[in-house]
Amino acid sequence: MHAPVSWLRELADVPADATGEDIAAALVRVGLEEEGLHGGDISGPLVVGRVLSVEPEPQKNGKTINWCTVDVGEHGQRLTEGKPQEIVCGAHNFGVGDLVVCVLPGGVLPGGFQISARKTYGHVSNGMICSQAELGLGDDHSGIIVLTELLGADAAADLKPGDDAIALLDLADEVVEVNVTPDRGYCFSLRGIAREYALSTGAAFHDPAEAPDLVVPQANDHGYAVHLTDDAPLGGRAGCDRYVARVVRGVDVTAASPAWMRKRLTQVGMRPISLAVDVTNYVMMLLGQPLHAFDLDTLSGSVGTRRARAGEKLTTLDDVERLLDPEDLLIVDGADTPLAIAGVMGGATSEVTGTTTNVLIEAAHFDPITVARSSRRHRLTTEASKRFERGVDHAVTAAAAQLAVDLLVGHGGGTADEGVTDVDLRVAAEPFEFDTTLPTRYIGLDYPRAEVLTTLRAIGCEVVEPAGDGAGDTHVAVLPPSWRPDLTDGPELVEEVARVRGYDQIPSVLPQPKAAGRGLTHGQRIRRVVATTLAHQGLVEVLSYPFVAPSLFDRLALPADDERRAAVRLVNPLSDEAPLMRTSVLDTLLDTLRRNVARGSRDVAVYEIGLVTRASSARTSAPVPGIEARPDDATLAAILGAVPAQPRHAAYAAAGELERGGPWGPGRQAEAADAVAWALAVGRSVGLELVVSATDRAPWHPGRCAQLALADGTVVGHAGELHPKVTSALELPPRTVAGELDVDVLVAATGVPLDARALSTYPLAHTDVALVVDEQVAAGDVESALRAGAGESLESVVLFDVYRGEQVGEGRKSLAYRLTFRAADRTLTTDEVSALRDRAVAEAATRTGASQR
Amino acid sequence: MSGPNKQYDPVEVAALDPAEVEQAVADARQAIAAAGTLDELKAARLAHQGEKSPLALANREIGALPPSAKAEAGKRVGQARGQVSQALAARQAELEADRDRRILVEETVDLTVRVPRRPLGARHPISLVSERVEDIFVSMGWEIAEGPEVESEWLTFDALNIPADHPARQEQDTFFVEPAGSGLVLRTHTSPVQVRTMLDREPPIYVLCPGKVFRTDDLDATHTPVFHQFEGLVVDEGITMAHLKGTLDAFVQRLFGEGIVTRLRPNYFPFTEPSAEIDCRCWICGGSGSLDGEKCRTCGGTGWIELGGSGMVNQRVLRAAGVDTDRYTGFAFGLGIERSLMLRHNVGDMHDIVEGDVRFSQQFGMEI
Ligand SMILES: [Zn+2]
Repeated sequence: MHAPVSWLRELADVPADATGEDIAAALVRVGLEEEGLHGGDISGPLVVGRVLSVEPEPQKNGKTINWCTVDVGEHGQRLTEGKPQEIVCGAHNFGVGDLVVCVLPGGVLPGGFQISARKTYGHVSNGMICSQAELGLGDDHSGIIVLTELLGADAAADLKPGDDAIALLDLADEVVEVNVTPDRGYCFSLRGIAREYALSTGAAFHDPAEAPDLVVPQANDHGYAVHLTDDAPLGGRAGCDRYVARVVRGVDVTAASPAWMRKRLTQVGMRPISLAVDVTNYVMMLLGQPLHAFDLDTLSGSVGTRRARAGEKLTTLDDVERLLDPEDLLIVDGADTPLAIAGVMGGATSEVTGTTTNVLIEAAHFDPITVARSSRRHRLTTEASKRFERGVDHAVTAAAAQLAVDLLVGHGGGTADEGVTDVDLRVAAEPFEFDTTLPTRYIGLDYPRAEVLTTLRAIGCEVVEPAGDGAGDTHVAVLPPSWRPDLTDGPELVEEVARVRGYDQIPSVLPQPKAAGRGLTHGQRIRRVVATTLAHQGLVEVLSYPFVAPSLFDRLALPADDERRAAVRLVNPLSDEAPLMRTSVLDTLLDTLRRNVARGSRDVAVYEIGLVTRASSARTSAPVPGIEARPDDATLAAILGAVPAQPRHAAYAAAGELERGGPWGPGRQAEAADAVAWALAVGRSVGLELVVSATDRAPWHPGRCAQLALADGTVVGHAGELHPKVTSALELPPRTVAGELDVDVLVAATGVPLDARALSTYPLAHTDVALVVDEQVAAGDVESALRAGAGESLESVVLFDVYRGEQVGEGRKSLAYRLTFRAADRTLTTDEVSALRDRAVAEAATRTGASQR
Repeated sequence: MSGPNKQYDPVEVAALDPAEVEQAVADARQAIAAAGTLDELKAARLAHQGEKSPLALANREIGALPPSAKAEAGKRVGQARGQVSQALAARQAELEADRDRRILVEETVDLTVRVPRRPLGARHPISLVSERVEDIFVSMGWEIAEGPEVESEWLTFDALNIPADHPARQEQDTFFVEPAGSGLVLRTHTSPVQVRTMLDREPPIYVLCPGKVFRTDDLDATHTPVFHQFEGLVVDEGITMAHLKGTLDAFVQRLFGEGIVTRLRPNYFPFTEPSAEIDCRCWICGGSGSLDGEKCRTCGGTGWIELGGSGMVNQRVLRAAGVDTDRYTGFAFGLGIERSLMLRHNVGDMHDIVEGDVRFSQQFGMEI
């Protein structure tokens, strides 16, 4: 909302020396947010000029410029002072003899635009003839200002070349722009802003709705007929509870709006259009009451409201034919023809046009929710809907209509009908009880009862104290003012009390929880360990957006029935290309890897820990109960149950060298085994020895994919080298390796304190075995068998060589293991070690068909 | 071996002649001194201390002497062998020291080569800031609560007093989950975690809810559709807005530095009443708004930096979560992690934070 300082001064006693900045500070203090300070940033010479000659000069670029001479009085450059100035102008909406506005060298236009004499189109231009936009008077770039048109012939009659245009156009006037929060709809008016300024500073407030020269007549029974119906009120509230209709006949709607009005509208960010539109907008900006002007002669004898019928259509003023919804509240005429979507936008058929002579002014109070829904449904946010949604003062309706009538008659001629219609169905608001100790209880600062009552009355509340001496009773009855529909309960009044004293008075006290906190949860600690472990393995943590394309699952070569294809889809995704939520972290991490490679990093190792979403097959929708009390258990369970499962995963991917080459020797490329080693490191970092087994799962290479599981078989994740088709489809470097682990599984599997193993200090005994197995046999299985067979004295098994060749035969391989034994209670004898080794080998033979070489 | 021979005159045994012994020692010393390498010294040792060396042979002859002569001859030879041993040991030490010196020089490596052979990884600074913030609140006795990112509309909006038709709900640019009417959204703030916590347990509640949130903004230098927040919630007996201010003051001092204070300004949020915008004094210009005569860029010349929203938990929110509003009051606040990171570490462009470029994380390492 923009508030011109000169306008504000009419409504509140702003001290003469107060600047825009002072006013903004006063408004900020009571809770309006300053958005900006406009105007006042213009300096002369900016003067009235009379065009003496205009010579059109066509240019090579197809444009025609005008080389003009302009009389600017005593102004002008050295040597040319007092002489006509030569100025180049690109506009064409003026002629010889017109009074225009010239900025001369040395002047500064809004935005810090410095003017100097400069050579352009083959002439030296001594300044510029200005448009409204260039002076910050609006967005009209279409031509330069012709003062007789802008100010009217009468006002321009006395002007002479050289007169100061800054004062003439009031360009020194500042405009304070504030952000209006949804609870303060009344601040979408100068009246509301002035009220807040008065509240903040104690300055007197002059209500423009009660201005002495605004005479609001009593409603009578011979006004224009109005019939309000609503057969489907939302939440029991009537769609319209007050409708004032006024008629002005014989108006010249082509008459120009007065310059002051157009200037103010421009200052508050609205474009002056025509008298009827300007008047309704001006009244809205002043009082916050949206108005609508109908061409009376297009109506069939009466107006009214009703809800729309299914299938009904209306072409609105923006020339869009809109399919109406039965929830839309319509303004209709006596023939039941829709005229407007109430409180949102009028229709084309009843619009005031250049030939209109009789005008019907509508000032009404519409239900905020009805307007909000219509506005949202039709994607139509208007100045009117913005105000009705947030609540309009239902007491200002008649005054607003009267002011519009006065302005129309005053500037367009005509006469107002004596008939005044005011259908008033308002339900009287009930006061509510307020405990005057509540501010102290909420804020932690003492607010005496007297201060609380004074503040409530200052913001316009009627406060009734209990009858009798009221000793000990801290409650009062409060009826908030008509312009504050947001004030409905105690805490809302607390905010009023607190903001008027000032939030800066609130002390700073650190609360002390009575019970000590439990610190991070087990899951939070595990997650930090996993993150740190991966970073210590040389991987760099990154973040990625969790949105993916449906085609990604094909590029990842996921089977048609893969659970990872069950993605949650967004109604309104950021990009139509990526409407799904990722089902694995790798879905989006791999693209991050690709981006790093594309940016020139050849050797990249990244990881991410985040949530993934799997659409539940049940697909129940979450109920949306009221909020008067905690939902019942069944409803709550339904809400929580409709939220899809979102396990936390850790994923990683690497390409290029893990160990860098250099003067010390060659580097080492990331390989599938690294991806598995990282998974094992993550497991070990939280005290888990993960079991590795070979598997075939997309998007990994079928021969280079490992499954990681807990000892009980619960799958933790997968790791290995990506399938060559996947790396090529995703534009990743060949041989990219990757892994993905379910952190929630790790969390669930840990948390029980570990029992420490006693350390034996007896000597170690080593023995080596070479086992020949079929090529398909996994070394991990052989190792498991050796461990099982060797028993508790086995301390470690290390595969130190793999041999393939004639000696072991086609399709077979020899695995050489070093077994290390140590007993807890004695030194093992050679015979004992041999026996243990034989048992280990026997177990391997049974499980994997291994034969000792 | 010859046994004692009474007929033998020691003087007649040439090897035991004092002059011979002395000569053997002198020969040994000369050979030892002449040894230029450990190998040559080894040869000298064999020649002069080995089994066939003159002194070893002389020693062997002593046994054949009559007892009267044994003592003197034994002493003479013993001393001689001692001298040779000493000389050998001394030369051995000298040569070893020479060798070590030479080898260590030869083994010199240029350690100024700065290429990391196994590069260290790094945490993402968003994670690090988040964990740091968590630790600050944990140290104040709070706990950390989390929840899902795809969340029910009721917990995201309704339970927070943002009904369907409320203007504030339109201002939250929400991602909705298909099918329309599913009652699910991507959470626009971590407030649903606050509600879940209140539904889950009785006050006193002191929780911080950090996490990822979503709004349909486009990515630019200061906005991102996916970002991180931390919200605080306290519900207890006697909680006031002064406690909110005290908590925020303590927090900003621990994250941004000593002496930083906050300022509360009236604002509107449906889930709090009264509500307040949180500003904190600009630590770049110390609140003056100017730096070296120029307008401070961090705070835009205002001396204050906007951090987020806060207020006393709206009674309607407490009631929807089943909290006894006669007994308890509470406060809540919400701040952005990206914004905290940008302010604390002078990050100029949001793209750097969200695009996953490893160079961004790498400059921070493992702690922030
Ligand atoms: Zn600053």
